[in-house]
Amino acid sequence: MIIYSENFAGILNQITAVFTRRQVNIESLNVCASSTPGVHKYTITCNCSEEMVQTLCKQIEKKIDVLQANYFTDEEIFIMEACLLKVSTEGLLQNPAASKAVRHRGARIVEVNPTFSIIEKKGLTDDIISLFSELNALGIVRQFVRSGRIAVTRDCIEHLDRYLESRTQKNN
Amino acid sequence: MAEKITGAEALMLSLKAEGVTTIFGYPGGAIMPTYDALYDYTRGEKKCFEHVLVRHEQAATHAAEGFARVSGKVGVTLVTSGPGVTNTLTGVADAMMDSTPIVVIAGQVGTAVLGSDAFQEMDLVSVSQPITKWTYQIRRAEDVAWAVSRAFYIASTGRPGPVVLDFTKNAQTELVEYKPAKVDFIRSYVPSPEPQDEAVRAAADLINNAKKPMALVGQGVELGNAQEELKAFLEKADIPAGRTMLGLSALPSNHKLNMGMLGMHGSYSVNIKEQEADVLIAIGMRFSDRVTGDLKRYAKQAKVIHLDIDPSEIDKNVKTAVAVIGDCKETLPAITKLISKADHTEWKDSFQPLRQKEIDNVITPATKPVSGPLLMGEVAHAVAKATGGESILVTDVGQNQLMSVRYFKYHKPRSIATSGGMGTMGYGLPAAMGATFGAPDRTVCCFMGDGGLQMMIQEFGTIMEYQIPVKMILLNNSYLGNVRQWQDMFFSHRRSFTPMCNPDFGKVAEAYGIPHRIVSERADLQDAIQEMLNAPGAFFLEAVIKPDANVEPMTAPGRAVDEMQLNVEC
Repeated sequence: MIIYSENFAGILNQITAVFTRRQVNIESLNVCASSTPGVHKYTITCNCSEEMVQTLCKQIEKKIDVLQANYFTDEEIFIMEACLLKVSTEGLLQNPAASKAVRHRGARIVEVNPTFSIIEKKGLTDDIISLFSELNALGIVRQFVRSGRIAVTRDCIEHLDRYLESRTQKNN
Repeated sequence: MAEKITGAEALMLSLKAEGVTTIFGYPGGAIMPTYDALYDYTRGEKKCFEHVLVRHEQAATHAAEGFARVSGKVGVTLVTSGPGVTNTLTGVADAMMDSTPIVVIAGQVGTAVLGSDAFQEMDLVSVSQPITKWTYQIRRAEDVAWAVSRAFYIASTGRPGPVVLDFTKNAQTELVEYKPAKVDFIRSYVPSPEPQDEAVRAAADLINNAKKPMALVGQGVELGNAQEELKAFLEKADIPAGRTMLGLSALPSNHKLNMGMLGMHGSYSVNIKEQEADVLIAIGMRFSDRVTGDLKRYAKQAKVIHLDIDPSEIDKNVKTAVAVIGDCKETLPAITKLISKADHTEWKDSFQPLRQKEIDNVITPATKPVSGPLLMGEVAHAVAKATGGESILVTDVGQNQLMSVRYFKYHKPRSIATSGGMGTMGYGLPAAMGATFGAPDRTVCCFMGDGGLQMMIQEFGTIMEYQIPVKMILLNNSYLGNVRQWQDMFFSHRRSFTPMCNPDFGKVAEAYGIPHRIVSERADLQDAIQEMLNAPGAFFLEAVIKPDANVEPMTAPGRAVDEMQLNVEC
């Protein structure tokens, strides 16, 4: 789901409360300022039926300070996630499979010191999880963190801009 | 440079600008600066408000709700922080469920100590967000005018609802150059979506091809002030209509297309016929489970047209064939224009045998018994008859509610205030007080049970102090009657904590100087009702009724609407 709201305090609470009430778990959540000044963008992923996500969108959009709430399937958006893996440097050096996995998955080693190394990887969920699983199986992972999913629509029309434009016209 | 005033006084001017005349409230620590300003605005040359000091904050929100329901204006509540405002939240949640426009202004500790567990501090924004249309914390006196105007705009437009303003103490005391504000546009909020021509055409097509159309009329018609538009629509296509409990006065009781009430304890014919209609036209109603019964078996044969101002109601419970989103004041005439004149006499007449069955088996025995103790329906029917369908009905929750809404008559719009979605016991008495302020020229009859009355009995004090002319009818069966009925029906007659040990209610009324009468004999009923109606002000009429009578007919929970039983088996 991609949601746009005004930049007021307390809106994230209102959005997540809709999920809680409908007993849908949020799989990942990313909140940031959007390209439009004063507008915040929420990128949320969840597993639920299309019927449920339609209900969630309508109930979220009903919140006074929410501008738009829409849902997309993977085909309709360009998705990106990132992860960081902190691994033991000794483990990395002793396991050729580790550096092979890093190369194979297109990850980058961004820091190396005698104790630990940090691996960074961008990509899709499955890709990131596979890298983690491979390294974890070698017993060298100390920390793992995966970002919330971020996404932009593949649509040629910018619906938020259109909405804001129509609302501005309405007000004039 | 303009003279500076306090934020509290700015609140007074902002409320005045919104046309507020009545405030239901209760003072306390964190709202004292505002009450100090209110002192000047309730007397002398600045007087513009009447402030009603309730005896419990919950009563203040219910009173605001009753005021709003009958007047169509925004009800206003003023309370302090912490327990003051937590007490109001039952009413706030009630207003949210039933789309009632109220604004609750609560004191809050100063911004400097927010989050420090200061005395009577409570995280109101977080607590009230899920049960309000909008909640805002006013932290600076500069924001008062804007926040109040935005609050009234949000509460009263679109699908109405409650707004809570959390008014910090420093914002009340700080000085500000007051500049009036008028919020009538919020870019992220579209109160009333533009009707879509395509949907209107599709709806009209379905109606024009319907053989057995039926309308489901909800409170949205009253909120949209579209009672006349509804009549024109129904009459043109000759569509029989059922009304939800909150929509009962949207269509006059004596209108020829009114077939009765929807729902669990509604009219037999309407419930049965919902399963036969080929097109259902839902207008400003939300398919509550108390209306639909078992959703999986609800009106599967029908194509559903749903008119609603709130897009999130579409497909929420019942899947629609056509959704007409918008204000029914606009969408109804748009559809009426496109529908052909029709005659559905045969379809309408098919309601009659079922109606007759209900009259014979339920209505006559409930309203015109010849022997035995007084019955709830009998009292409601007698009061309805004596008031000629002209008065406002306010009810509490439970059997008293179901029986009085069933047998009351509604000839004027906005004639009912009852707690629908929340089913809030204790709603009746304070809501009736509020209704007298919202409709000062009308008689307000308040039906209560012995359980619900005792949840708000302290409001006798408010009635006494302000000489509030509420006609109170207590249907006293010394039981929590509705729960008792369900225990008898579904819990093997195990009457777990439903018998009530009651006080002498007449003496309680007497202590507050409220004229009262107790009636237990059929022969005295008419006279007692006349005495109540003739009394110049408040009157408390206690009817001692059959202890274990049931509300009939009934669709048991989990049953389909056409499995409604005329007489319940216990």
